Amino acid sequence: MSNAHSSALRHHFANLDQQKDSSVLGMWTFIVQEILFFGGLFLVYTIYRHEYFDVFEACSHHLDWKLGAANTVVLIFSSLTMAMGVHAAALGQKKATAAWLVLTIVLGSIFLGVKVVEYTEKFEHHLVPGPHFLPPEEAAHELKIQPSQTGQAQLYFSLYFAMTGLHAIHMIIGIPIILYLAWRSWHGAYTPAYHTPVELTGLYWHFVDIVWIFLFPLLYLIGHH
Amino acid sequence: MSAVVAAREPQLPKEHYLNADYGVRSWLFTIDHKRIALLYLASVTFMFFLGGMYAAAIRLELVTPPGDMFSSETYNKLFTGHGVLMVFFFLIPTIPGVLGNFLIPLMIGAKDLAFPRINLLSWYCYMAGAGFVLYALVEGGLDTGWTFYTPYSTSFSNTNVILAGVGIFFAGFSSILTGLNFIVTIHKMRAPGLTWFRLPLFVWAHYATSLIQILGTPVIAVTILLVALERGFHFGFFDPARGGDPILFQHLFWFYSHPAVYIMILPAMGVISELVACFSRKKIFGYGFVAGSSLAIAVLGFLVWAHHMFVSGLSVYASLIFSAISFLVAIPSAIKVFNWTATLYRGSVSWQTPMLYAVGFIGLFVIGGLTGLFLAALGLDVHVTDTYFIVAHFHYVMVGSVVMAYMGGLHFWWPKITGRHYPEWWARVSAVIIFVGFNLTFFPQFILGYLGMPRRYHYYPDEFQVLNVMSSAGASILAVGYMIPMVYFAWSMRYGRIATANPWPATGLEWQTASPPPTENFAVTPTVDEEVYDYTRPPKEPTFV
Ligand SMILES: [Cu+2]
Repeated sequence: MSNAHSSALRHHFANLDQQKDSSVLGMWTFIVQEILFFGGLFLVYTIYRHEYFDVFEACSHHLDWKLGAANTVVLIFSSLTMAMGVHAAALGQKKATAAWLVLTIVLGSIFLGVKVVEYTEKFEHHLVPGPHFLPPEEAAHELKIQPSQTGQAQLYFSLYFAMTGLHAIHMIIGIPIILYLAWRSWHGAYTPAYHTPVELTGLYWHFVDIVWIFLFPLLYLIGHH
Repeated sequence: MSAVVAAREPQLPKEHYLNADYGVRSWLFTIDHKRIALLYLASVTFMFFLGGMYAAAIRLELVTPPGDMFSSETYNKLFTGHGVLMVFFFLIPTIPGVLGNFLIPLMIGAKDLAFPRINLLSWYCYMAGAGFVLYALVEGGLDTGWTFYTPYSTSFSNTNVILAGVGIFFAGFSSILTGLNFIVTIHKMRAPGLTWFRLPLFVWAHYATSLIQILGTPVIAVTILLVALERGFHFGFFDPARGGDPILFQHLFWFYSHPAVYIMILPAMGVISELVACFSRKKIFGYGFVAGSSLAIAVLGFLVWAHHMFVSGLSVYASLIFSAISFLVAIPSAIKVFNWTATLYRGSVSWQTPMLYAVGFIGLFVIGGLTGLFLAALGLDVHVTDTYFIVAHFHYVMVGSVVMAYMGGLHFWWPKITGRHYPEWWARVSAVIIFVGFNLTFFPQFILGYLGMPRRYHYYPDEFQVLNVMSSAGASILAVGYMIPMVYFAWSMRYGRIATANPWPATGLEWQTASPPPTENFAVTPTVDEEVYDYTRPPKEPTFV
């Protein structure tokens, strides 16, 4: 094993291979714990959707599925640009890597922007759970449910905000990291032999995108056939 | 004391991890796993004594039948503070954080854990969590019990639930990062020749523990988040008024908090395997079974959570299944106990302090484990749910067993950690005091519980007083037993007799380097060509100094 890039080799590893294997396994382990983290919410969702299907279906119609679908496309493209970034890094094209990463950030930001529009709309229509939620009569009219089902509608919107909010937080954490990688890449920090940070962040980003792939149909498309 | 007669007085190595650098900064920004282990040692010890003070207040109140020292509200805060501090800030992090951190790289012949900076980060997460919880306690405390049951915690308690929740969230993140680091380290950093079946059982146990930390802790994290959202932002996940289900909280909570017991006990079992082998001078009987039983406990541990909910309105069929699987956990647990006992058989057993703790562990664990079977049985569980029987049971397992193993391990590896011996006579005396004090504290509680004394009340009928006084008396003996090691450990760091590299002598790579080890752990990268726990050969001189 040549240690040509030994500046990237941390002191406690024998060689770059061992270092890279460790980092990749570490990232996968992290993703496993993320799956369990989101898993708790998906479980709560599953139970209440099963219990109160009608209400969930009615409330689901109140999300704008077109915005959701557009955002899904945006995120899939951001996964593509991320993958291109990793590919460019593996080839040692530092400027191309930076460009792909910046494009990923742009797409991620578009997604978050759309999310802001959607959240604002929920606030304006008093669909945020809590004391300011629509009173039962109005909720019944607005959401086409029984007045007595207002609490269950709040459950749906609680889940909507918790799940998409947690997902958005993961994106907000990812963006500055990708920005840092783009900057480092521009300055030539990554080589074909050592570009593990780009690869690992790519894994993370794909994971966050996949979470959305599940969230979109589960929240937006209940009852659409 | 040591069988090996040193030809000359042993001397501390010139350079080691403790004198590699000085000053506060060299500790707070260290990425050396050995130093981080000592950071953990200092912080968990502090939390242990703080939690102990809460326990002291509880036992004082319970000396007399009427509630004469504290109000009900204060008493609620006392047992909550005790539980939160002890469970999340002592029992869960202590053995992995201190002994695991120090020993795993040494045992596998690595220079450090795979991610030294993440290791430091996990200590900072722990400290941040501790900071939040201490703030919550100073701010007026918390009265939900360490279990945070909804809807009390979400809708009714007027205490610092969110603050404490944030603290536990951070502590959980610390635990996840530790587990992640151990998993990757054990997979990728083993020295040449150190195959999986040459790993010390301590490492196997920590591997199984890490799996639970990775798979269980995120669930409690998200559960705490949901409680915080409900309390702070009026989300409705567990609010029955809106169709939410408070029982769902219990499922999510115990999905982590039952396996959490194995986050505590598995590393303890790992310690005991090392001690029993060394002080019997024998290879552990049934090594493969002991290693495999750790994994079996980790897996089964995820399938039994609802045994905490037999009176929560679970369906009969669900209860039956959870009861049956809970019984199954006894099998891998018993495999370990039988194999330790079989190791003693025809071993040349010696009774230094670590071995006293090991045998004490086995005794307490057998009682704690067998009473666990009582509780897995549906009918009996209904009778003793929420009584002192439960309190006694989980203290035997979580405190008796885990702390015995922790203390045993701390004594065993103390010469490696500090390069000096603790005073053997004092150590044996305090080991006996702890064992006696512990049993006197908690055995009467089995009887109290069986007779029907409920937990979490600060007053009780007169006829329970004798047993309660016994318990409180035991607690004061226990306190003395825990205090003595504090004093002599501190004393020995400066004045203890200087230890050789392998004082016991024991197998395992950690004894093949200097005491205390250099920052890089080994002067030459170790290679392993012998089987694990090979006590048949005469002890060899440290090879990798
Ligand atoms: Cu349990």
